[in-house]
Amino acid sequence: MTELTLVESLIGGGLIGIAAVILLSVNGKIAGISGIFYHALINFKNQLNSIDERLWRIFFIAGLVLSPFIAVFFNAQLPEKITSSWPVLALAGFFVGLGSRLGSGCTSGHGICGIGRFSQRSIIATCVFMLTAILTVLIIKWL
Amino acid sequence: MRLWLQIIIAFSSGLIFGLGLIVSQMANPEKVIHFLDISGNWDPSLAFVMAGALCVFIPVWFLYIKKLNKPLLGETFSLPSNTLVDKNLILGAIFFGIGWGLAGICPGPALVNLTGDTAKILVFILAMIVGMFTAKYVNITNLDRKK
Repeated sequence: MTELTLVESLIGGGLIGIAAVILLSVNGKIAGISGIFYHALINFKNQLNSIDERLWRIFFIAGLVLSPFIAVFFNAQLPEKITSSWPVLALAGFFVGLGSRLGSGCTSGHGICGIGRFSQRSIIATCVFMLTAILTVLIIKWL
Repeated sequence: MRLWLQIIIAFSSGLIFGLGLIVSQMANPEKVIHFLDISGNWDPSLAFVMAGALCVFIPVWFLYIKKLNKPLLGETFSLPSNTLVDKNLILGAIFFGIGWGLAGICPGPALVNLTGDTAKILVFILAMIVGMFTAKYVNITNLDRKK
């Protein structure tokens, strides 16, 4: 059993909302992390302004990666250990990557920016991945 | 000049986003699993993450951003144009849910944890990249179009 963190989770969620709103209103970009990460990796051979299109994504990712150093000042830390085994992590990562590309989004893109704009695609995608994730946890528990 | 301002905005947004993931405990896989496990001692905390984010996003989107002709520092809004609920969306969401349920990690928290349990998160991220590049070979909608 983990301890309830209703207030922390609400505040943290608010920060995520602020981050998404800043990126969209100022730069005009959706804060969908799987998409940003993927497009920071692939080549933009046919696109004009390819460096511009890649650079902001790399810096967004850098912000994410460096955020734990800011979180210390708010008395919040990363978990010390990730308990899942190596093969489970590899399998999980593969499915998360595959699913986020095929489904055009992840928890942030669909769950917040998509639902937040009342996008039918995002509402359906979020319901499907929430239900599938719940089922996956139940099945693993009963195995 | 504008490019650099956009980059500073992107970096700050990433920083605040990551801070939110850590403060909210969304970056803690154990917490995610306890949120998804509705059969035992269910921990509903993480439902408040989405609630908190949407409480900010929905009003700002509908009352402000949606009325803008263009973003404050850009030419156009890059919003998804596809409104079709297709097989790719559903199958992708199913795969994503399986992966998320297996380890309690989604892309944002994976990147945020890079300076934590680095070795283990690297395995997840590398596998995630392989999965991302595999996606084009499982693209059902494209196959449908070819027929």
